[in-house]
Amino acid sequence: MKHIDEYRDREMVQSLCRQLDKTVKQPVRIMEVCGTHTMSIFRHGIREMLPAPVRLISGPGCPVCVTPAGTIDAFIRLAYRDKTIVATFGDMIRVPGSGQSLADARAAGCRVEMVYSPMDALVLAQKNPDAMVVFFSIGFETTTPTIAATVLEAARLELNNFCIFPANRIMPPPLAALMEDPALEVDGLLCPGHVSVITGSEAFRFLVDDYGLACAIGGFEPADILLAILALVGQVQTGQPDVENCYGRAVTPAGNQRAREIAEQVFIPVDSRWRGLGMIPVSGLAVRPEFARFDATVRLDIEGHEIEEPKGCLCGSILKGIHEPPDCPLFGTRCTPATPIGPCMVSAEGTCAAWQRYGGILHP
Amino acid sequence: MAAFCTREQAMKEKNILLDHGSGGLAAGELISGLFLEYLDNPVLARMEDAAVLDNPGGRLAFSTDSYVVDPLFFAGGDIGELAVNGTINDLAMQGATPLALSLGLIIEEGLEMEVLERIIASIARACRYAGVEVVTGDTKVVPRGKADRIFINTSGIGVVPEKADIGANRIRENDVILLSGSLAGHGITILTSRAGLQVEGGLASDTRPLHFLVQRLLAEHGTAVHAMRDPTRGGLGTTLAELARAGGLCMEIEERDIPLRSAVRAACELMGLDPLYLANEGKCVVIAAPEQAKEILAAMRSVEEGKNSRIIGRVTRQYPGRVVLTTIAGGRRLVEPLTGDPLPRIC
Repeated sequence: MKHIDEYRDREMVQSLCRQLDKTVKQPVRIMEVCGTHTMSIFRHGIREMLPAPVRLISGPGCPVCVTPAGTIDAFIRLAYRDKTIVATFGDMIRVPGSGQSLADARAAGCRVEMVYSPMDALVLAQKNPDAMVVFFSIGFETTTPTIAATVLEAARLELNNFCIFPANRIMPPPLAALMEDPALEVDGLLCPGHVSVITGSEAFRFLVDDYGLACAIGGFEPADILLAILALVGQVQTGQPDVENCYGRAVTPAGNQRAREIAEQVFIPVDSRWRGLGMIPVSGLAVRPEFARFDATVRLDIEGHEIEEPKGCLCGSILKGIHEPPDCPLFGTRCTPATPIGPCMVSAEGTCAAWQRYGGILHP
Repeated sequence: MAAFCTREQAMKEKNILLDHGSGGLAAGELISGLFLEYLDNPVLARMEDAAVLDNPGGRLAFSTDSYVVDPLFFAGGDIGELAVNGTINDLAMQGATPLALSLGLIIEEGLEMEVLERIIASIARACRYAGVEVVTGDTKVVPRGKADRIFINTSGIGVVPEKADIGANRIRENDVILLSGSLAGHGITILTSRAGLQVEGGLASDTRPLHFLVQRLLAEHGTAVHAMRDPTRGGLGTTLAELARAGGLCMEIEERDIPLRSAVRAACELMGLDPLYLANEGKCVVIAAPEQAKEILAAMRSVEEGKNSRIIGRVTRQYPGRVVLTTIAGGRRLVEPLTGDPLPRIC
């Protein structure tokens, strides 16, 4: 497969590892922000290939993990309303709020539909004119434009039985919040490839200017990731941080302006609470007042409540890269993929889930 | 016994009614006009409360499975064919040759008669291909909304050859791990079809009976075959994890040796699914003595359903009870059993 096979080629990967071995002269701590990066790193066994001084830390880039339990509870309450169908991406189905998950609600008789695209939820609304269809709108810059386009389409069709429950988030602001945390020790950032397609590589420039952080945008195949790590090690060792685009086949400096415009038509940035990280200024998205009739928080008068994180759970500091999953007393004992307690275990792309599924004994 | 009513009589209603499961006249018409029409054989035709079979002597394997697949018809197969092949394969994994099947149908009121006929015809076709007969059956009809169109249960009895001794307890260090063909065909076909996705190159379920392959294997290499499993739900990853756990040994596999059709791979990449965890309905994993690895591979490849067989790994003591995968890129990682249904990612 084009753009996949050549970036998984064993010889190419091994030669990059050798190059990295020769280059690295000091400990370098790199945070991969995106959940898809985390999964790819584990799935391809990349941690094991890296020279010892290079350490990878998994950051807060899994949209399911950072959605607060109170928000999930609120959405589940919607599922119990009369004549309501709730629609969601698949990986939200099993995620527990403070008690139930959407899977539990479905078992209790609620109509919970898994969709592959927000447009599918809109079709669901057209097919069920007697029910209100509410779509759980989560995700980062990558997902937001398609959801915005769906709302615009709903407006064009003058649909009266479709709305979204907005919980989208913006990626760069939490990175700034993380950098302000004195406990965090990170030298370089493997910037999210998919998000950068939309935002453009320059969206990360402030991390270089304000925090002196080395930044490299990487794709998701093993060679992509190693190229970005190599670039980061180079920046750190020469003391010349920059934003290097190592995913040139998909990412441009300015990004996809059209997609951003569509998102801006429908959404407006607001302060937002992140599960495990707390309140972060201008890090979330609300629906603009002119589209209020498609906003479940306005139309159905529902709100998320703040809920305390489970006792003993270290997800907050795992999302910041301060702790690793095995440091948590719940990890692998009470908290497993089958019985998740903390946010990092609930999503397939969560850090703890990735460790549990792929990590284990190969990474003592 | 000749059918007392014709197919036309049995099919006179467009849809299945509650009456068809009542045991009364309509049920009789359905049985004789439709089921006997397609599945006719002397044992079934006696229409007694239980089928009476000749005792073949020796050990018997007995297995049951229920089929609730949605959609009922998919590229490469349908629920009927799946119900026949699935139970045959469960028997085959103990080395057994199927002797007879039972067929239980739970039908939702309102199912189109034409759909039922297509399914029964498909069951008949799959039975003929496999050389096995449905010898007893049961039909129930439940009110609309109490089932999803049709559920099928099949049970099967099979004869186990004298020398076969197959089980996870026989797995030894240095055994080879073989796979009978490319992975994930059934699972990805069902998932993409539910998502309404079309994939270039085409996807199709791999549903097939495996007992011919197994017969060949055991006839030539009986005692060298230590364990067999068909990686259905949970996929190859979960199956190997179960074998590793049961045998207390480590299964080391090579990702680049695992056959994967390019259309399947493309669909998995697109949906964020790991083919190691998707269902197969016509593949088996064979764990065998290393001394006869070459011959066993050749025997598997000599039948159509095994022509893409590969050696994908080896049994070691490195991480007892675990599965370790060397990735295409050359890294190594664990393969843990699947928890929950595989769900597509969101971004």
